[in-house]
Amino acid sequence: MTQQQTAGPPSAAHADLAEEFLDRQTPLSRIRNILHRYPALSPAIVLLIAVVVFGLLNDRFLRVENLSLITQQVAVVGTLAIAQTLIILTAGIDLSVGAVMILSSMVIAQLAVSNGIPGPIALIAGLAVGLGSGALNGFLVTRFRLPPFIVTLGTLNIFIALTLLYSGGSTVRGSAMPDMLTWLGSTFPIGPVRISTGVVMMLLLYVAMAYILGKTAWGRHVYAVGDDKEAARLAGIPVNRVLMSVYLAAGAVLAIGAWIQIGRTNAASPNAGVDLNLDSITAVVIGGTSLFGGRGSIWGSLLGALIVGVFRNGLSLAGLDVLYQTLAVGILIIIAVSVDQWIRKVKS
Amino acid sequence: MTTTQFEAPGTETREPILKARNLVKTFGRVVGLDGVSLDLYPGEVLAVIGDNGAGKSTLIKCLTGAEIPDTGELFVSGQQVHFKRPQDARVHGIETVYQNLAVSPALDVASNLFLGREERLPGPLGSLFRMLDTKGMRRKAKEELSRLGISTLQDVTVPVENLSGGQRQAVAVARAAAFGSKVVVLDEPTAALGVRESNQVLQLVRDLRDRGLPVILISHNMPHVFDVADRIHIQRLGKCAATITPQSHTMTDAVAIMTGAAKA
Repeated sequence: MTQQQTAGPPSAAHADLAEEFLDRQTPLSRIRNILHRYPALSPAIVLLIAVVVFGLLNDRFLRVENLSLITQQVAVVGTLAIAQTLIILTAGIDLSVGAVMILSSMVIAQLAVSNGIPGPIALIAGLAVGLGSGALNGFLVTRFRLPPFIVTLGTLNIFIALTLLYSGGSTVRGSAMPDMLTWLGSTFPIGPVRISTGVVMMLLLYVAMAYILGKTAWGRHVYAVGDDKEAARLAGIPVNRVLMSVYLAAGAVLAIGAWIQIGRTNAASPNAGVDLNLDSITAVVIGGTSLFGGRGSIWGSLLGALIVGVFRNGLSLAGLDVLYQTLAVGILIIIAVSVDQWIRKVKS
Repeated sequence: MTTTQFEAPGTETREPILKARNLVKTFGRVVGLDGVSLDLYPGEVLAVIGDNGAGKSTLIKCLTGAEIPDTGELFVSGQQVHFKRPQDARVHGIETVYQNLAVSPALDVASNLFLGREERLPGPLGSLFRMLDTKGMRRKAKEELSRLGISTLQDVTVPVENLSGGQRQAVAVARAAAFGSKVVVLDEPTAALGVRESNQVLQLVRDLRDRGLPVILISHNMPHVFDVADRIHIQRLGKCAATITPQSHTMTDAVAIMTGAAKA
């Protein structure tokens, strides 16, 4: 653009002009560029507005106990959203996260209660279930090159069936379990606020995953693989190994989610969490992570989970029927995906 | 100059950096390469041209480890090498810029330059916590860019998708040319670019050559080839039909040799 138009042949000058025209920024495109650069920004704004609006609508909303309740309500979905974010960042999708989590929680609870296995070992077995499920998904995606949507649609049903077969359809109550298994349901006081250990566990997972995604070579490779698989391969990144490790990491996170779920509901139920598969995708999408992969932030998913929690809680405090909560979440998803499409149009 | 021999005319005393001898590559009954030899000398731009199916890409793939030749020999700086993967070629300093631009759009310039060879912080932060040396990589990326004379990329923290086509190509070329590589292979670097951006990339190729880095340029674009190439390797029907120079032949001659209308 610094070139004089007279310097090149006429066609070059025209190219210059055309490019300058394309480069011209409107205020709207400037906003878009900022949102593009900081994917967690738009969910943060939405969350802030939602909190203010619901706070004005009902003064009970902003009470500490209520805010603490919201965080507890999102602890499980928030944890599943970590696993979901990893997979969506690689341009995949995992419909089976909730089913894996429930299967893992049933294995943990049954081993501890029916087989009398000590808590830590039951938890390790649950971790193995998470890793095994992740390995199965990852294997099918990398070796058979099946689309993740289809693979996890299949494994979703497999895991649900395995859960029912294994548990015989019965719920294991928390009171029968060793204390360690329900520990993430306990709370501790900080000043006037009671904090749930499950929420703390979720936040620790977020911090760890944010570090891994942002500060390590593996994290960068996850983004690169989701961004452009072929480009990543040509840059010397072992694409299949990265994908496999993503599914394994997701499985490990889901096992910890199982532990949080047992604590939160004080039970392990094979029928719990049928909505969790899609709710985790909702949180990730509202959190600004692109379904096309390679763009998004893990903190956005936490914000996305919180937005859903705040909407549900706020609408119910406002006295609206559960139906309207579902309606609101549906509208949020459509808006979030539309915004994502719009943001992705930045100079592509 | 009307030679079909591999020995460069004018009795080259320099050792070629990259030397290929009698490469043969077949795909079933299709002969991709039928005994092709090639020499690349330090500080030259060698263009490879040829019609579709003439064996251009197969030749390049064999040189860069993307394909393994059935028979034939490869030498890098006089040492025989056997490439099984693109990584093997990379280890020997042969870097390729692919036609479809192997850059990651959402990552910034510095991350792209170091993609696949990230550097970690020294000490336990790096070894135990695997923490990337982001600042160090940005600094080194800047150094490499100025060493390569790439002035179109001022800010290494800009995501590549915010760059123009020419600048993206510059990122891809910079990654190939940086960090002690010996040979840069460019596959159709100007195919997707406008006039001005093509000129930028051609200038970049000249700059690389002037800094002593030899370049292999695959291109369909005759004016571009005749603009920057020192020698031109013409592939035809799986063989090297001729190696000419822009001084010895015209573009019409080159096309005639390429299509078989004229013998070299």
